[in-house]
Amino acid sequence: MLPKAKLWLALTVAALTMLSTNLQAAWDLNMPQGVTQISRDTYDLHMQILWWCVAIGVVVFSVMIWSIVNHRKSKGAVPATFHESTKVEIVWTIIPFIILILMAVPATRVLTHAYDASESDLDIQITGYQWRWEYRYLRQNADEDEVSFFSNLSTSRDEINNTMPKQENYLLDVDNPLVIPINKKVRFLVTSNDVIHAWWVPDFAVKKDAIPGFINETWTIVEEPGVYRGQCAELCGIDHGFMPIVVHALPQDEYDAWYAGRQEQARAARAQANNVVTRDQAMATGEAIYNRTCVACHQAGGVGLAPAFPALAGSSVVNGDLTANIELVLHGVPGTAMASYARMLSPVELSGIVTYIRNSFGNSTGDLVQPADVNALLEAQ
Amino acid sequence: MSAAHDDHHHGPAKGLSRWLFTTNHKDIGTLYLWFSFAMFLLGGSFAMVIRAELFQPGLQLVEPNFFNQMTTMHGLIMVFGAVMPAFVGLANWMIPMMIGAPDMALPRMNNWSFWILPFAFAMLSSTLLMDAGAPNFGWTFYAPLSTTYAPETVTFFIFAVHIMGASSIMGAINIIATVLNMRAPGMTLMKMPLFVWTWLITAYLLIAVMPVLAGVVTMMLFDIHFGTSFFNAAGGGDPVLFQHVFWFFGHPEVYIMILPAFGVISAIIPTFARKRLFGYDSMVYATASIAFLSFIVWAHHMFTVGMPIAGELFFMYATMLIAVPTGVKVFNWVATMFRGSMTFETPMLFAIAFVVLFTMGGFTGLMLAITPADFQYHDTYFVVAHFHYVLVPGAVFSIMAATYYWLPKWTGHMYDERLGKLHFWLSFIGVNILFFPQHFLGLAGMPRRIPDYALQFADFNWISSIGGFLFGASQLILLVVVIKCIKGGKKATAQVWDGAKGLEWTVASPAPYHTFTTPPNPDLIEAP
Amino acid sequence: MASAGSHETYYVPEQTRLPFFASIGLVLMVFGLGNALNDIKSAESASLSTWISLFGFGLLSFIIFQWFSTVIRENHAGLNSDQLKRSYVWGMSWFIFSEVMFFAAFFGALFYVRNFVVPWLGGEGDKGITGEMLWPNFTAVWPVIENPNPALFHDPEEALNVHEWSLAFFAKFLPFWNTVILLTSSVTVHFAHTALKANKRKQLVQWLSVTVALGVLFLCLQVLEYTEAYEHYGLTLNSGIYGSTFFLLTGFHGFHVTLGTFILAVMLLRSMKGHFKPDDHFGFEAASWYWHFVDVVWVGLFIFVYLM
Ligand code: HEA
Ligand code: HEA
Ligand code: HEC
Ligand code: CUA
Ligand SMILES: [Cu+2]
Repeated sequence: MLPKAKLWLALTVAALTMLSTNLQAAWDLNMPQGVTQISRDTYDLHMQILWWCVAIGVVVFSVMIWSIVNHRKSKGAVPATFHESTKVEIVWTIIPFIILILMAVPATRVLTHAYDASESDLDIQITGYQWRWEYRYLRQNADEDEVSFFSNLSTSRDEINNTMPKQENYLLDVDNPLVIPINKKVRFLVTSNDVIHAWWVPDFAVKKDAIPGFINETWTIVEEPGVYRGQCAELCGIDHGFMPIVVHALPQDEYDAWYAGRQEQARAARAQANNVVTRDQAMATGEAIYNRTCVACHQAGGVGLAPAFPALAGSSVVNGDLTANIELVLHGVPGTAMASYARMLSPVELSGIVTYIRNSFGNSTGDLVQPADVNALLEAQ
Repeated sequence: MSAAHDDHHHGPAKGLSRWLFTTNHKDIGTLYLWFSFAMFLLGGSFAMVIRAELFQPGLQLVEPNFFNQMTTMHGLIMVFGAVMPAFVGLANWMIPMMIGAPDMALPRMNNWSFWILPFAFAMLSSTLLMDAGAPNFGWTFYAPLSTTYAPETVTFFIFAVHIMGASSIMGAINIIATVLNMRAPGMTLMKMPLFVWTWLITAYLLIAVMPVLAGVVTMMLFDIHFGTSFFNAAGGGDPVLFQHVFWFFGHPEVYIMILPAFGVISAIIPTFARKRLFGYDSMVYATASIAFLSFIVWAHHMFTVGMPIAGELFFMYATMLIAVPTGVKVFNWVATMFRGSMTFETPMLFAIAFVVLFTMGGFTGLMLAITPADFQYHDTYFVVAHFHYVLVPGAVFSIMAATYYWLPKWTGHMYDERLGKLHFWLSFIGVNILFFPQHFLGLAGMPRRIPDYALQFADFNWISSIGGFLFGASQLILLVVVIKCIKGGKKATAQVWDGAKGLEWTVASPAPYHTFTTPPNPDLIEAP
Repeated sequence: MASAGSHETYYVPEQTRLPFFASIGLVLMVFGLGNALNDIKSAESASLSTWISLFGFGLLSFIIFQWFSTVIRENHAGLNSDQLKRSYVWGMSWFIFSEVMFFAAFFGALFYVRNFVVPWLGGEGDKGITGEMLWPNFTAVWPVIENPNPALFHDPEEALNVHEWSLAFFAKFLPFWNTVILLTSSVTVHFAHTALKANKRKQLVQWLSVTVALGVLFLCLQVLEYTEAYEHYGLTLNSGIYGSTFFLLTGFHGFHVTLGTFILAVMLLRSMKGHFKPDDHFGFEAASWYWHFVDVVWVGLFIFVYLM
């Protein structure tokens, strides 16, 4: 018994040492204080309640440990005979109650503040998809160009599958971050396209469920420029762990420049919609899109993931009627995980992806889809 | 007291039929306990898969989809297969003996309550082998992930929940009828041991909420197969409706898993402190208050779904209130130890660890109840740490304490105290290494239910995994202790523990197959 | 022991095979049913699964029949003590309570949908922005006759609930007559009970027959109502939340009436065979409690589904 006990002791000590080195190495033991009024208030609230609990714990456990040490039979302790006292029962009912009130007051204040989403400077609609986020900047007037885009995980599958070293910000990088101005009240209108997700950025202390068919409002005023990261915080299926959130908070002028650039891009994309692409261009676009968007389900090499996700290699749809194939990708298959990509991808990208799947993984239809073909189908509705 | 073993009472039948067809509360209790232990190993193995995958960043062992199946099945099996049946097993064994009844009130139904379970769990677990894979939407199975987007095995999941709900309801009805109708003369309500009281109240909770669970899975079934739109906004429904109905069941459910534990602890601490339980009456009232409050706090699991602020505030205040009666219980236990004459056999060690670690879990619960703070904690490992603290060193430790405490009564032998203590210390250390770092993970922002994580979470995850393996492996010691104790060991006396009080300690050890076929002498019944 | 002489022994039954096989029946029933539902959904033939399910159902029914016969036999043999009978009373009461909670889940869903969800989708209340942005064409009215997305959930043509508060309307309003029927049946079953207690066997059988007949009549009218709903009102399981709540509430209620009628019919048969004594007839009493419970649920339904 003794050597074994020693072994365990040594192991415990080793573990504790690692723990304390970790304490020094990274300051991620506690909730971040964040960069907004709400996040700091929340942090304070969290600490305040933590200390209350620690204090109560110290009192209760001290009495207990003291009794354990002193009132043991081996020390000849003789049991007392008391077994009730209405007075102390009342005391230890009232005192916790008072402590709770002391906690509830600041909690109520912070909550009321956090819930007040009125009078925003900028409104952004956030839509959760399996497994990416869409950001749509609500326009002030209808003839402006709309800025909206999808934000996908940009960590490569190789890093995830351990065939490549993991970069900094592993799993926390996206292709298109959300960009917002600092010191402005930004209102988020959170919803979902499929299942429930939750949009969470710890540094803002904003976490809101994205519920299909409903809109939840929340807001933030970020005080410092910077890059802030978060993750989806509601189980949403296979790639729930792989839909991060990245927010760039910029000074107003940089933000304005970025926004104008985005509008420009939107105009350009519209102009491109009827461009003619070459086979190589289409295949390159398609491959990029595939690896970013489709691979989670249909897997590398288009082999699918039986039985939920069909293989595209050798699929009768992919090798069958072209129009039917485009339409399937445009509209998805309602009631399944196969989403509609009509809005998620641009006509150029859509033409690329369909060209790509019809000429890869051993599929060789030889088709080349043009953005105009896609556009025609899009406009036909 | 072995006189209770009269001639005209039969002993157990021989062979397998004893276990399949028995109506004896002790046999059924044993069945429940073994079943629960098997499920604990199964659910625990799933947890080991989770911890192994989370040992390092990156995907090593399992696909994300399978990981989700593991998480879901782990939660479901631990809650419905391990903890709840364990308490029903203890109730079966002990309640009739504690109140001086010859058996449970409805012995045949008792057998049925049990035998549904193995079949239900076999059906549920068999989904792991099916093409579509096991349920992968979490043990809380939120719609529409569990309806429109679910694998087709969800249908079996739904029916499994239906029939185990039926089993629980029958079990609860049986306990209520037993407690209210079968008490020996002189056993007034306020003389009942607290384990009986807490179970009586738990049984009410079960009867009130299991049907609601059945209702919500029924709505799912109709959404999936018959085209209704309860959880689909396109037809005027709401996914959040699912959560309201689920948590109306789900929150009382967590108290279903802790109230009997309170009863166990309230039996063990006085025994080993050799002092009467402090504040018996207030213990009863506190239990009742917790049960009552448990019906009006459900939406604290849903603070981020965007409820109107009035709802958020109401559920926050109501949830916080539960700290008051729970505190009363904790204080009473400490007051019982205070100026007692304590010894520290294995049951007492587990009981003391329960008081400390459950209270810590309660504190984090209180922190979660603070709505704005919950916006940060929700769906992170902070929540995972919270509920494992109340469930593992809470509910599970109490079950282990109860096992060590009553094992001599069940088998007639003393268990191996040295192995018992070893089991305790390894479990105690293991469980803290396993779950304490998860608080930090959660605060630092690690979401729950993910198979892979960002690099800053790596250290605490491997520590937690090591703790998990240690804790898991230690549980095999319990198996060894129990088997050794059944096979032999020092003969146990009727009273077993020199501070033990109550009717169960007046019958021989092992307890005869039939006890109290004539009620005990009312003079034996003292206030606990 | 002091009290031993005055003690009435509790009847603890010997070993029994019933529950184990009942469990097998139960699990086969749901396993087969689950398979069949999945097969139907993926458009495969479900014949084998259906048979498994039916076999399970048959086994379960057979065992339950055996089970009740055993209990009745034991009671006739005088094995049951008063205490055991009290156990049955407690058991039945709390079983009914659990049924109440089952319906409470559906009523709760109905209230939540009516008071919160539909207004939000229609652009009213705390989360009105939902309606404004996502469902601009949807207006909040109950019953929901135009669904938020009629492409997925077809619109019913007309609501089944009360349109006008006039005598003429109620005279032709099926649910109203159903209410009358069920309430009457509660009274007749009570008369049967009184008759039993007064040991008036003939009246017992008469009143019980009337009750069963009323139960059957109710069910027939309910079938009529469902056919109307499907054929004339376009109200189906598939027509959005109104149809969903309507059919689940009335459907499970109808299912309980079916069960209750069946139980009462069994009680009728037993009465005719001379079972039950004026002071010992818990089987009958339990059936009548169940019937009253089914009745009360209907009153709730009538008020919240049809009237309000
Ligand atoms: C046995 C099970 C059990 C028990 C007993 C509890 C007890 C409590 N729980 Fe826990 N809880 C769970 C099991 C349990 N919980 C589970 C399984 C989940 C997650 C479900 C899921 O999502 O999968 C969960 C999640 C959960 C949440 C949701 C978190 C989230 O998802 O965001 C919340 C929020 O309020 C909460 C609160 C509480 C509170 C306030 C208590 C209180 O009862 C605690 C009361 C006890 C004390 C406070 C300690 C003792 C008291 C004193 C010493 C007196 C003085 C103290 C003070 C005045 C502070 N729990
Ligand atoms: C009573 C309930 C209960 C119990 C006892 C446990 C016990 C354990 N749980 Fe728990 N857990 C839940 C209830 C419970 N859990 C619930 C409800 C969830 C939420 C699910 C969801 O999100 O839907 C959850 C989720 C959950 C997660 C989060 C998963 C995620 O979010 O992705 C983790 C991760 O560490 C975890 C770990 C463990 C571990 C290591 C144990 C250990 O204590 C288990 C120890 C037991 C054994 C290991 C078995 C015995 C030993 C053997 C079989 C021998 C072999 C052993 C070795 C090879 C070492 N659990
Ligand atoms: C969330 C998972 C998911 C993603 C991402 C996804 N799909 Fe699918 N896809 C599915 C599922 C599930 C089906 C099967 C639908 C059904 O049941 O008919 C499917 C079916 C298809 C089919 C028909 C295959 C057949 O043989 O029936 C094609 C073509 C297809 N997807 C293309 C794509 C393309 C192109 C992309 C990326 C732009 C993509 N999918 C992204 C899940 C996904
Ligand atoms: Cu999206 Cu989790
Ligand atoms: Cu809760």
